[in-house]
Amino acid sequence: MSSCCAPAVLELPPAPPPGAKRALRTVALIGPPNAGKSTLFNRLTGLRQKTANYPGVTVDHHSGRMKGIGRPDLTLIDLPGIYSLATYSEDARVAVDVLTGRMPGVPPPDVVLLVLDSVHMNRQLMLAQNVFSLGLPTMVLLNMADQLEAQGGKIDPLLLSHELGHPVALISAKRGTGMELVSSYLHQFGHEEVDGAQPLRLPVLQSPAASRKWASQVTTRTNYRAPEAAIWTRRLDSVLLHRIWGPLIFLAVVVAVFQVVFSIGQPLSDGLGKVLTGAGAHVATLLPDNWLRALLLDGLWNGVQSVLVFLPQILLLFLFIGILEDSGYLARAALIADRTMRAIGLNGKSFIPLLSAYACAVPAIMATRTIENKRERLATILVAPFMTCSARLPVYTLIIAAFVPDRHLIGHFFGLRASVMLGLYALGFLAALVTARMLNSSVLKAQPAPFILELPQYRWPTPRSLSLRLYDRGKLFLKKAGTIILACTFVVWVLSVLPVHGSHFSTLTDSVIGHLGHWIEPVIHPLGFNWKIGIGLLSSIVAREVIVGTLGTLYGVDPETHSQGLQMALRHDMTLAGAIALVVFFAFAMQCTSTLAVVRRETNSWKLPALQFFYMTGVAYVAALITFQVLSRIL
Amino acid sequence: MIALSEARVGQSGVVERIELAEDVSHHLAHLGFLPGAGVEVLRRAPAGDPTVYRIDGVDVGLRNETARHILIQLSELSKGSSPVEAAAR
Repeated sequence: MSSCCAPAVLELPPAPPPGAKRALRTVALIGPPNAGKSTLFNRLTGLRQKTANYPGVTVDHHSGRMKGIGRPDLTLIDLPGIYSLATYSEDARVAVDVLTGRMPGVPPPDVVLLVLDSVHMNRQLMLAQNVFSLGLPTMVLLNMADQLEAQGGKIDPLLLSHELGHPVALISAKRGTGMELVSSYLHQFGHEEVDGAQPLRLPVLQSPAASRKWASQVTTRTNYRAPEAAIWTRRLDSVLLHRIWGPLIFLAVVVAVFQVVFSIGQPLSDGLGKVLTGAGAHVATLLPDNWLRALLLDGLWNGVQSVLVFLPQILLLFLFIGILEDSGYLARAALIADRTMRAIGLNGKSFIPLLSAYACAVPAIMATRTIENKRERLATILVAPFMTCSARLPVYTLIIAAFVPDRHLIGHFFGLRASVMLGLYALGFLAALVTARMLNSSVLKAQPAPFILELPQYRWPTPRSLSLRLYDRGKLFLKKAGTIILACTFVVWVLSVLPVHGSHFSTLTDSVIGHLGHWIEPVIHPLGFNWKIGIGLLSSIVAREVIVGTLGTLYGVDPETHSQGLQMALRHDMTLAGAIALVVFFAFAMQCTSTLAVVRRETNSWKLPALQFFYMTGVAYVAALITFQVLSRIL
Repeated sequence: MIALSEARVGQSGVVERIELAEDVSHHLAHLGFLPGAGVEVLRRAPAGDPTVYRIDGVDVGLRNETARHILIQLSELSKGSSPVEAAAR
């Protein structure tokens, strides 16, 4: 190691007994944001963790077995992307705790893999100095080496290794080159066994200026040449961040996404629905006409398939989100949106978690850890579930397809259905804005934290990363349909046929669920909902899309609507005003146990999730009430 | 010496001083905002704020309220066109 950073070592009390030897077990992966760490983690473990072309994606420490390089005996811990080990943010605290063995439940690492973006060495080496001072065996991995050379840069791994006193390897996590170097580095520990007596040290932190000076000395001495500026990124930015074109393109992108989700997604989804109904009917002919057939077809299959048909739309939506994230456009979107976010008292940094809440509020709430300011973080957590997550999509699509005619608005490009959907997304966003505004002027009066956003270079999204993303999403969706939704529809079906009179099931109205439904009907009647919708709402407290399965089962069991599709049945059973009130209710209500659980975990108290649940459900009730009362008079 | 927020698009200079809270200046330092570093004003966001700066080969977006506390020395080439310098003369 170069002389300027000779570390003064602090030893921690729980040092292992001297002389104890144990085999290499745990490897930690660390690096600055956007250095390609998550991609490398996926390479090394063969797992598929979400990666994205913007900072702050890895918010928790994940771990996996290093199967990707044939070492399933080793555990790789992925740490959040950080610039330094100074603990100003939650992310850095997590990293330091894991590296120094103070994170409960995580074994202290024996070896560190430090991944740096070779395109920006001066900056990236500042973290290296922090990490070396921990005194752990460390290998430096220079990622995106191919990109560096393509852009006319130069780096000498041998000289650098000599200068740093640690092994250095050129790799490309994206292409998977250089993995054998990691493998052979780790191999050397396999036989020697690491020294268990090694004390765990706290990092020694230089001032950023000193650290920087050291970094530039190192790069100068090792003949590092930074690449030329990426011309394409600049050219694209001059259009995509243009005064007039920028916001217009931003809007066009959003509108186009919704249009495609409908114009391509809806026919696909209808087709899938036909196939699934046909398959169900075919299987039914093979079964005897008894309670089993009723359970399997009317109960379970009707319920589960009414959710399954939304797979194409969900995959299309995630394909677009994936392209926007991977290409680097999302960071530009944050820049364009910052002014609006500021007007309501949120930081542009809140924008990225809020944007990912469009997929699901759970990772979004975890991603708020990148917000240093505690109050702003709480505000973002509180408003994130208002963003239209993908679980709302089946509900919206069902109601829109049943009630909104398929008409074109402007020429052939923009349809009425897509615009209603866009309106619902806007409604959720508006609720988030108003709530944030309220919080900001009352409880959570925060000092504005600065907005510092690194704009990554534009990259082509790779088909590999996009298809992995879709595969994961599809799997998650199918798993949910096969577990939670299946279980809920089973309960709903059982309750809809009990009690059994002699050898006959109850009729729907006389069943347990019928009684329950009629009992709660007075509460929801003013919103334009009948008792079946009420049961759907009750079941959707578990998860939003469960209502679709429940309604599929209820209408499937009812002899009057038995033969109709769910869309048809709803059209006969609800008024247009009631249907609109229903989607408005879903835009606002907090129906997601996973979100409540993650908020509880992140804030470490039940106060916030309880507040969130009652506030959101209250807003939803009032909004749906007003919607129905007004619309039923004018429609 | 002028505030970074006052430099115009296309101008460049050298960072002299950063007068911000410790955690903020620490974050900025790791992006390259340190005394002596060269910085260029690339473009403004469509709403006029934040502004994108190029420092050390990286594009960083900062709000004017933050850039106001970063003091720079405009480089000779772009000095003549600074409104502040012109007014001072």
